[in-house]
Amino acid sequence: MTRKTTEKTYAEINARIKAGKAVVVTAEEMVTIVREEGAEAAAQRIDVVTTGTFAPMCSSGAFLNFRQSVPTIKASQVWFNKVPAYGGLAAVDAYLGATEPCEDDPLNKVYPGEFKYGGGHVIEDLLKGKTILLEAKAYGTDCYAARKMKREVTLADLPHALLCNPRNGYQNYNCAVNLSDKVVYTYMGMLKPHCRNATYCSAGELSPLLNDPLYRTIGIGTRIFLGGGIGYVTWHGTQHNPGAPRGDNGVPRRPAGTLMVQGDLHQMQAAWLKGLSILGYGCSLAVGLGIPIPMLNAEIAAATGVSDEDIYTQVVDYGNDYTNNIARTYGEVSYAELKSGAIVVNGVTVSTAPLSSVVKAREIAEILKDWIGQGRFLLHEPAQLLPGPQ
Amino acid sequence: MYTRIYYFRFPKDTSDQPVIYHVIKKHDVEVNILRADILPQREGVMILELRGTKVNVKHALSYLEGLGVSIERLATRVRRDDERCFQCGACTGVCPVASLSIRREDMRVLFDPDKCTGCGQCVLICPVRAMEMSLGREWFDPEGSRTPSISR
Repeated sequence: MTRKTTEKTYAEINARIKAGKAVVVTAEEMVTIVREEGAEAAAQRIDVVTTGTFAPMCSSGAFLNFRQSVPTIKASQVWFNKVPAYGGLAAVDAYLGATEPCEDDPLNKVYPGEFKYGGGHVIEDLLKGKTILLEAKAYGTDCYAARKMKREVTLADLPHALLCNPRNGYQNYNCAVNLSDKVVYTYMGMLKPHCRNATYCSAGELSPLLNDPLYRTIGIGTRIFLGGGIGYVTWHGTQHNPGAPRGDNGVPRRPAGTLMVQGDLHQMQAAWLKGLSILGYGCSLAVGLGIPIPMLNAEIAAATGVSDEDIYTQVVDYGNDYTNNIARTYGEVSYAELKSGAIVVNGVTVSTAPLSSVVKAREIAEILKDWIGQGRFLLHEPAQLLPGPQ
Repeated sequence: MYTRIYYFRFPKDTSDQPVIYHVIKKHDVEVNILRADILPQREGVMILELRGTKVNVKHALSYLEGLGVSIERLATRVRRDDERCFQCGACTGVCPVASLSIRREDMRVLFDPDKCTGCGQCVLICPVRAMEMSLGREWFDPEGSRTPSISR
């Protein structure tokens, strides 16, 4: 007897999307579907599974091109609302990093620093249509004579504004605790001494790369939901580490893959890119990211059926180990445990708090589901898949 | 039992009177002092949790009102900006009274202002500064680190 195995192509799935016949579900809904129907039947019946995540993603920023003024300028130092941007590019291009604080910020001199305004906030303000004070300095050349420039701009005044995040969507992340005897303020939040709380930051079963653990569909050119608009995966992200240890289901048990993503800021929304002030750590940006996964075959369908019970991460000490680059773990916990509100570390129950929004991750997966369902969003086959495990 | 958290402003001339003693002794109301900033001949501020029969709490409040104390439910002075809040849940790790909590079935972050004791820990922990507390300008902070008199 021959077993029927599903093999679908991007073109077939896109044809179904265009015809309004595609069956689209979220990664959360897919958990039950795979459990009840099996991966083969799920691959046959479902066309696309949508994922989502909305969390602080520090390695983010935007290339902003501002129009020339007269006399023209080759801006070498650039500020947006007093937040320095990198100006070592030609003429009127600058890169504004999400974690760059405002120039007069007291930083951690008043500990723990509040980091009220930074690059991430500028990006959010641009999306809100607010007026931003743009300042630039230059050394002056024969072709670009101006030495300084000061102008008020809005996003509409910027001809090209490209969100370009070199490391987003981390596939899994540490669960943070603090085993030292004093409070620490980290990018994982405030951690009380003697392991009295734990934080974690992943959308778990909704997270894009945890639903495609071996990068069978996500690659360069994958069309995605980015900041409320449409963007693309343009490379594997910095620190992409496909060689991280994995479970039998292929899901990494510690931080592994990452994504570089880009998209036109003009079509994004402030609701999905929020400037952050992380106490004692710095400024950042919460990025809304959602990736559709085509159900090409049963293996891919099975992977999207992953549930929080099947995804594990490591408990890492941010009181001493992390800053001293000591690779040590204090146990492994599942996202089902983390989301229950308490985990056990060294035999003691510790309460947990998330930093990644499940509510918003679900909303993104639903929006993407609607877009695809309405035929407004087609899948794009990657030109090249991300580097996978050896 | 009737339990409510109130925000009181005491006029200067009450600072030398044993006001709380009267509330307890005469009105039979349990008092839990959550925060207090009382200095001689200065306007004082207190956050108190009052517990007793509804009638007794009411009588205690009218006694205080009679002294010129301004009374407000603390819940009216704390607010979450739901536009800014993106439901991450970081605040639930610092809220000591589960005024901020997570509904586990959908991981929604809930805010119940009635449970808030005004400790202010969530204000700076919230990465989008969605929590607002207006507790007066010169609010005393026992830990000496930061004043939660944040008004955005």
